[in-house]
Amino acid sequence: MLKSVTTALLGATLLAAALSAPAHAETKINALFMAQAAYSEADVRAMTESFTKANPDVTVNLEFVPYEGLHDKTVLAQGSGGGYDVVLFDVIWPAEYASNKVLLDVSDKITPEMKSGVLPGAWTTVEYESKRYGLPWILDTKYLFYNKEILEKAGIKNPPKTWAELSEQAKTIKDKGLLATPIAWSWSQAEAAICDYTTLVSAYGGSFIKDGKPVFQTGGGLDALNYMVESYKSGLTNPNSKEFLEEDVRRVFQNGEAAFALNWTYMYNMANDPKDSKVAGKVGVVPAPGIEGKSTVSAVNGSMGLGITSTSKHPDEAWKYIAFMTSQATQNQYAKLSLPIWTSSYDDPAVSKGQEELIAAAKVGLAAMYPRPTTPKYQELSTALQQAVQESLLGQEEPEAALKTAAENSGL
Amino acid sequence: MERRSLTAAIFVHIAALLLAIVILAPVAWLFVMSISSTTDLIAKPLHWWPDTVDFSRYGVLLSSVANSAGEAFVASLFNSLKVAGMATIAAIAVAIPSAWAVSRTPSVGWSLYAVIATYMLPPVALAVPLYMALAWLGLLNNVFGLALVYLTILAPFTTWLLKSGFDSIPREIESAAVMDGARLDQILRLITLPLAAPVVATAALFAFLLAWDEFFYALLFTSDQRAKTLTVAIADLAGGRVSDYGLIATAGVLAALPPLLIGLFMQRALISGLTSGGVKG
Amino acid sequence: MTNNWITTRAWLLMLPLLIVMIAIIGWPLIDTVRLSFTDAKLVGTQGNFVGFDNYAKILSGSNFQRSLITTFWFAVLSVSAEMVIGVLAALLLNQPFYGRSVLRALMILPWALPTVVNATLWRLIYNPEYGALNALLVQIGMLDSYRSWLGEPGTALASLILADCWKNFPLVALIALAALQAVPRDIIAASMVDGAGVWSRFRFVTLPYLAGPLMVALVLRTIEAFKVFDIIWVMTRGGPANSTRTLSILVYQEAFSFQRAGSGASLALIVTLLVTVLAVAYAALIRKTAGAS
Repeated sequence: MLKSVTTALLGATLLAAALSAPAHAETKINALFMAQAAYSEADVRAMTESFTKANPDVTVNLEFVPYEGLHDKTVLAQGSGGGYDVVLFDVIWPAEYASNKVLLDVSDKITPEMKSGVLPGAWTTVEYESKRYGLPWILDTKYLFYNKEILEKAGIKNPPKTWAELSEQAKTIKDKGLLATPIAWSWSQAEAAICDYTTLVSAYGGSFIKDGKPVFQTGGGLDALNYMVESYKSGLTNPNSKEFLEEDVRRVFQNGEAAFALNWTYMYNMANDPKDSKVAGKVGVVPAPGIEGKSTVSAVNGSMGLGITSTSKHPDEAWKYIAFMTSQATQNQYAKLSLPIWTSSYDDPAVSKGQEELIAAAKVGLAAMYPRPTTPKYQELSTALQQAVQESLLGQEEPEAALKTAAENSGL
Repeated sequence: MERRSLTAAIFVHIAALLLAIVILAPVAWLFVMSISSTTDLIAKPLHWWPDTVDFSRYGVLLSSVANSAGEAFVASLFNSLKVAGMATIAAIAVAIPSAWAVSRTPSVGWSLYAVIATYMLPPVALAVPLYMALAWLGLLNNVFGLALVYLTILAPFTTWLLKSGFDSIPREIESAAVMDGARLDQILRLITLPLAAPVVATAALFAFLLAWDEFFYALLFTSDQRAKTLTVAIADLAGGRVSDYGLIATAGVLAALPPLLIGLFMQRALISGLTSGGVKG
Repeated sequence: MTNNWITTRAWLLMLPLLIVMIAIIGWPLIDTVRLSFTDAKLVGTQGNFVGFDNYAKILSGSNFQRSLITTFWFAVLSVSAEMVIGVLAALLLNQPFYGRSVLRALMILPWALPTVVNATLWRLIYNPEYGALNALLVQIGMLDSYRSWLGEPGTALASLILADCWKNFPLVALIALAALQAVPRDIIAASMVDGAGVWSRFRFVTLPYLAGPLMVALVLRTIEAFKVFDIIWVMTRGGPANSTRTLSILVYQEAFSFQRAGSGASLALIVTLLVTVLAVAYAALIRKTAGAS
């Protein structure tokens, strides 16, 4: 009898211990990131580790998918109650996410320090119809990278200031036999192609949508595609560009097989890493060029933000995490592959040390960032444009006709 | 044995060598990539064998350090095992009684054809409602949910294989037991199943391989380490920051290892299953 | 035991399977039919009834027609290549040569490799800058310079077919080999005495034994090829310029990327209908073959 009482008591104690455990236990949040460009997976893991050290009651499960899967994963996880709490989103998605209630409106959570400290241009990344759906995290645009050694050998003193000059310099390099195809782009049938295209659209002063109707098939939009096709057909562009994503561009560039390449911030420090790159120390970076009489530089807004999903059961912890990841301290510490969203960071010697050239290019480039269209139907528009770009490059269709078809299929 | 001319013999041997190269070269290259340094893999001209053999990527992917790429990979490995295992067991469990019933009762045979016909359905035709139903049940991003969905593929297939297996076991053996007064469950358990064991094993292997290979549903219905399977993990790896071709190859080798071993060692069973199912329809 | 009871018992034994099939195949299929008449989004709105609008839009659009043609070519070319190469390999494996049993065992390798791994492997092999195929062809002098195999519409689909064929022809070979081994030797010997040539021996003596098993393999492979998703998703995602966007990829895009569950469902049902027609045609063909031999 006594024995059974003891057992029962013991059992009860154990049970109580088991039941009370969740009270002390941590909150688990799930965060979705991309395994591409900007901060590396290792950086994100390290940042997250510092966060969990400072907040031992919260654990963060990290998930990395390719950029191509980021949108679909976010949308599909909506259906699952225990899906992601924090998601990384591209500047082009807030319209759709807001319309479909994928993200929480966090306008009230934004502190005055954030409002005043973050670069004004960065906020467009997370805004739709004057509401804010997260905090900007990756402030990025496409820069023109060049191989200093090759330019020197070709007798070129300064990197190009206009797109026409880029073609001329590439031709010089080609004619001197230094490289068969000097320019590398990411023109695969993917969003990457649209980023390169948008950069050129901004140079030519074109626009995508006017009064809700597509207008990229005329003016600057058409000029931009014509430039791409011309560069491709003339053999100045690496023909494999039509199959490249950003990572392919980086590999070709850091293998010394491209004199010029259009890519995001992250390539600067990666291509300068002697462990992985054959061109370390020879990497030059300038803002993407302009068009004489129209623009001095060009840039696409390729920024990304962190937001809380509307299905999150822990929005407070999620916000804490986002605030930490986007904080100036964190961003300054990891300012190698992606630059901070904070204005004052750009004058901080600790941030610019060793990458003065990149910071100088960023100050000009980030100020010139041109947006891709803001519409809930962006995915369809982009898909149609990707097809137009590829068909024109492959010579299946004239740029004008291809863009006209894209305008018809854009869903707008 | 017919006598062959020397030319014919030489021709056969050359053709056989060619076939062996065609079969082996891509698999061998996958392995070579997994042990080559990135420098070797992006060299021009390409190095067909690395300067120094490097197995470190296997360590990277199989490490259990918290919140590392290795942990994510190992988690997906276990998810694949869990999902494929559960789906296989469930499929066999529902397939045995129905396959036996159809085999012994030809009058209900048409229902089996209806079940097999579902194999024609493209997964995209079921995906949207399945997605909504799993969401409603809270089974998205869940190994049980995924295993349940895999039954759509495995159950018809295993039933079909088992039915042709049962067909080849003479009814007379069972009739004799019935005469002796054995109950149905006894007959199945003590007589039919032991005789059909090889077929059941074959069906289970096939089911496991099918589930291990599945990609489309896993892509749609899983989102992170809690349920993401190997196939999705590899597609993610290949589509993302792939500066390291070797790492992708390593993941490929590791994911291919279980089915390759099953294939090599269970070959006889697999082929007999395929052909018996194939010949008899 | 009465016949009635036996039939009832059969149904009872089949009950678990039938419940499972109705729950996870029957009901979703019916729901897909319902969805196909609505403009439902994937998440959120249930959608309104729109009649045959979705179907009309899809059937008149160029996207569907292009994808249908792409799928058709993929299926026809990959399956016929697999059949021909598979049978040839089986005939070879049926000849005596040194190492035959080893080679027979190796044939299972490509088939056992998971589809996604196979696709990833071939994507690396086809890489335009660092791929093994370019390196090999240039080093043996068959190619002057590296090519973009998956970036040109002219070669992208062919490259996909080659990768698919490499994985699947060994299966056909193994099935055909098993059938070949069932051909009685005395028949072959007799036909040789009669002076039959190699071709007529194959056509009239061997092929009838192969026809049945090959027909089944043909049906299965065609249906699978028509539904193809994984290998294309991993290797090209439908590019370049949508030249490899098969029907399954198109459905994914419509239903999941663009979140239009309604028209995605209609598209999926059209694909289902096409596969069904194909299967019924094959079934008729099989019956005819069986009757002839």
